[in-house]
Amino acid sequence: MCDQTFLAITFGPCDNCTQNKPLMNIYLKNEPINYCSLCVELMACQALAKGETINTLKAESESLKAKLEEERAKLHDVELHQVAEKMEALGQFVMKTRRTLKGHGNKVLCMDWCRDKRRIVSSSQDGKVIVWDAYTTNKEHAVTMPCTWVMACAYAPSGCAVACGGLDNKCSVYPLSLDKNENLSSKKKSVAMHTNYLSSCSFTNSDMQILTSSGDGTCALWDVESGQLLQSFHGHSADVLTLDLAPSETGNTFVSGGCDKKANVWDMRSGQNVQSFETHESDINSVKYYPSGDAFASGSDDATCRLFDLRADREVAIYSKESIIFGASSVDFSLSGRLLFAGHNDYTINVWDVLKGTRVAILFGHENRVSTVRVSPDGTAFCSGSWDNTLRIWA
Amino acid sequence: MTIRNVRDHGQRYRPRMACLKKVETVVLEMQDPKTGVKSQTQRLVITTIPHAITGEDIVAWIANRLKIDASEAQAMGTMMVAFGYIYPLQDHKRLIIKPDTSLYRFQTPYFWPAQQWPVEDTDYAIYLAKRNIRKKGMLELYEQEEYNNLYKWMNHKWDFIVMQAKEQYRAGKERKKPDRVVFDCQERAYWVVHRPPPGTVSAMDHGLDRMVDPNLEEKKTPDYYRRIIMFTQQCIMRPRVKSSVSIGALVKYTATYKEHDPFLNSCLPSNPWLTDDITYWNLNMPNVETPTKMRVERWTFSFGELLADPRGRDDFRLFLKKEFSGENLAFWEGCEDLKWGAAETMKEKAQQIYKTFLARGAPRWINIDGKTMDITVKGLAHPHRYVLDAAQTHIYMLMKKDSYGRYLKSPVFKETQKKAAAPDAHRFSETQLEQNSKRRRPSLSPITLKQQEEEQKAKLAASGPVDITQVMSKLEKKQRK
Repeated sequence: MCDQTFLAITFGPCDNCTQNKPLMNIYLKNEPINYCSLCVELMACQALAKGETINTLKAESESLKAKLEEERAKLHDVELHQVAEKMEALGQFVMKTRRTLKGHGNKVLCMDWCRDKRRIVSSSQDGKVIVWDAYTTNKEHAVTMPCTWVMACAYAPSGCAVACGGLDNKCSVYPLSLDKNENLSSKKKSVAMHTNYLSSCSFTNSDMQILTSSGDGTCALWDVESGQLLQSFHGHSADVLTLDLAPSETGNTFVSGGCDKKANVWDMRSGQNVQSFETHESDINSVKYYPSGDAFASGSDDATCRLFDLRADREVAIYSKESIIFGASSVDFSLSGRLLFAGHNDYTINVWDVLKGTRVAILFGHENRVSTVRVSPDGTAFCSGSWDNTLRIWA
Repeated sequence: MTIRNVRDHGQRYRPRMACLKKVETVVLEMQDPKTGVKSQTQRLVITTIPHAITGEDIVAWIANRLKIDASEAQAMGTMMVAFGYIYPLQDHKRLIIKPDTSLYRFQTPYFWPAQQWPVEDTDYAIYLAKRNIRKKGMLELYEQEEYNNLYKWMNHKWDFIVMQAKEQYRAGKERKKPDRVVFDCQERAYWVVHRPPPGTVSAMDHGLDRMVDPNLEEKKTPDYYRRIIMFTQQCIMRPRVKSSVSIGALVKYTATYKEHDPFLNSCLPSNPWLTDDITYWNLNMPNVETPTKMRVERWTFSFGELLADPRGRDDFRLFLKKEFSGENLAFWEGCEDLKWGAAETMKEKAQQIYKTFLARGAPRWINIDGKTMDITVKGLAHPHRYVLDAAQTHIYMLMKKDSYGRYLKSPVFKETQKKAAAPDAHRFSETQLEQNSKRRRPSLSPITLKQQEEEQKAKLAASGPVDITQVMSKLEKKQRK
């Protein structure tokens, strides 16, 4: 809903087949046209026309890519650290583990905060999904999934349900209940169906829709009540490992990162891939929007985290150090966006000054890989989950 | 029957293991006879181990070379052990660096993790069989179990395995004793990394394999290039902004929210995670009657902030009611409900919104321009979740550019600002903090809160129009008790 990057409304009669469908705006010979996704696919899969060969197509794509870089470079007039010079440096940080949550019997793979700022849901390799009150460290609910490697879990905005999935290729929603004797699996709803493992899931602004990403290379938007597929997103050429929804003011987009080293920004309405960034040298394990929604950070197996500016359409910062060799598995911003927390495969958590590009702290404590890092909804603490079977709250 | 090990997917070459090359460079430097870690010959029980290095020397060397402090150097050292580049001589099952006089050795490159062949179960079976031949009962419990499993599913080539084991055992006996001891150590260390005993953390345990083999080149068919062409064209035509403008906005955002970030400035009265006192959360509940000054300040940062905060939205609603333009906000909320709601009710919701806000003579008619109204009405013939997007944006902009500004200058807002709470910082003594930590209480479950909310809404619907801020704040007071 912001007045900056506002895409044209895209639903209506397709310029090619005239059916009423969600539309993607693409360009044919520099003229804007609105095609539905089916016509776009058909256009892409056309046989070679007269005078076209693989090589001419390849040459055309190379020249267009060069042109895009040129266009981007024209507006590249300043670097982030230059603008950040006039900002005060950050002081010393004292961040300690305030709570340790023990109870999982195996690697913790994912976690999410509830909007009430103190409850969390976490999932692990052995199929257990636990809802905790992190403040008291009490376990409130537990679900045993029928599969192992539950790599995705999410708390519903209302706080009354959790979604999780993994090797079962599905995303299931479990409504939570206060009745201790009730078996939560009895009311479970199978929502998403993919053809490979589920890597990440997230509720949109309500309990009614879920966005998922999968090892089969696609992301999809589902309606929870009916399990209906509302929109699918194709464009990654390898497993999609992570996704993040834009903060509500900027509305209808989300970013996904995958094993093809690309981070793609998608329009949820039409399923169109609107922006793509391919500067990482290895799998992207985690993407997270900057709190204003105009940028996002990514963490990758190449041991760097990078900041991408959506309006300037390029990478604006790389957070790396000679001594950081092991991949970043998860990243998140603090409330103001000044700090970036990155969990790494060498059991540590690095804290970066986003604007100046320097590392302000390194946190030790976990005894195995840090698999997930999330800041609480009000920014008062962050939680890290690790393969050492524990979760830690830091503040 | 041949059983192929299909687990590999080219994992050993994975870019994901890009860290291995970097670790190798450092390890090679460490082994430099002049500038590397000092090694010595150590006597361990009855044997002498050549080229042994102490944990503290390793940590000091890494700290010096990479210019980091001791704890970070220790973390890096631990990773080298966890990957198998360095192995401990004592306590061989714990793959960590102890920064004291504990002894370690560099692993021979033959056994480094990045080598060309995958770690085959056949090799593991041969290794276990060999140890069994050497001395019956030498295998540990977990190794026994593995051995039995391998015996079962590799039964068809068990003769081959035993033959290989005997060969290796014989070849080993022909070596000189010190060499044999060293080789045994190296081999044992290799298998601790690749087949970790229960409780051992090994870095080669890299999790699930990925679906796609990274070594496979994507087939370059015409449609591959056509897709790139279409995508790149669309990218080129997208409007973009000068870096100075967009980066300036990012920096400005951070500066604006700096005071509100609990990691950068202490929150008042205190951060519940630090002092075990949840006053901060109680003061900032979603529908509290008196918001805090910080919270009210956030409403002035942007219109989105005001709408995102339920208390802020209520305040804004009150203001709009006084101006008799409440239908704009109600319409916007209706559109949000349509967008994010269940697919089943979507059509009816769209129709309901049309009847209430858009139709001619509608009870809460909103003022949008002719073009937008046109698009919207046409779209409503085939309603979908985004059918009201154009109208919603128009109304949002209207509220943002007009009503929001007036709200910030209005008596409603000034009143809220005046009454806003500004709690003092807590000053807890050590003993008080101790007591606080013992008095942590659970809070009402979101499920209960939702039920209460539903009940209140039902009562409201039954009893007629009531000021919703009053209701929600009463609810909130009840919850706090």
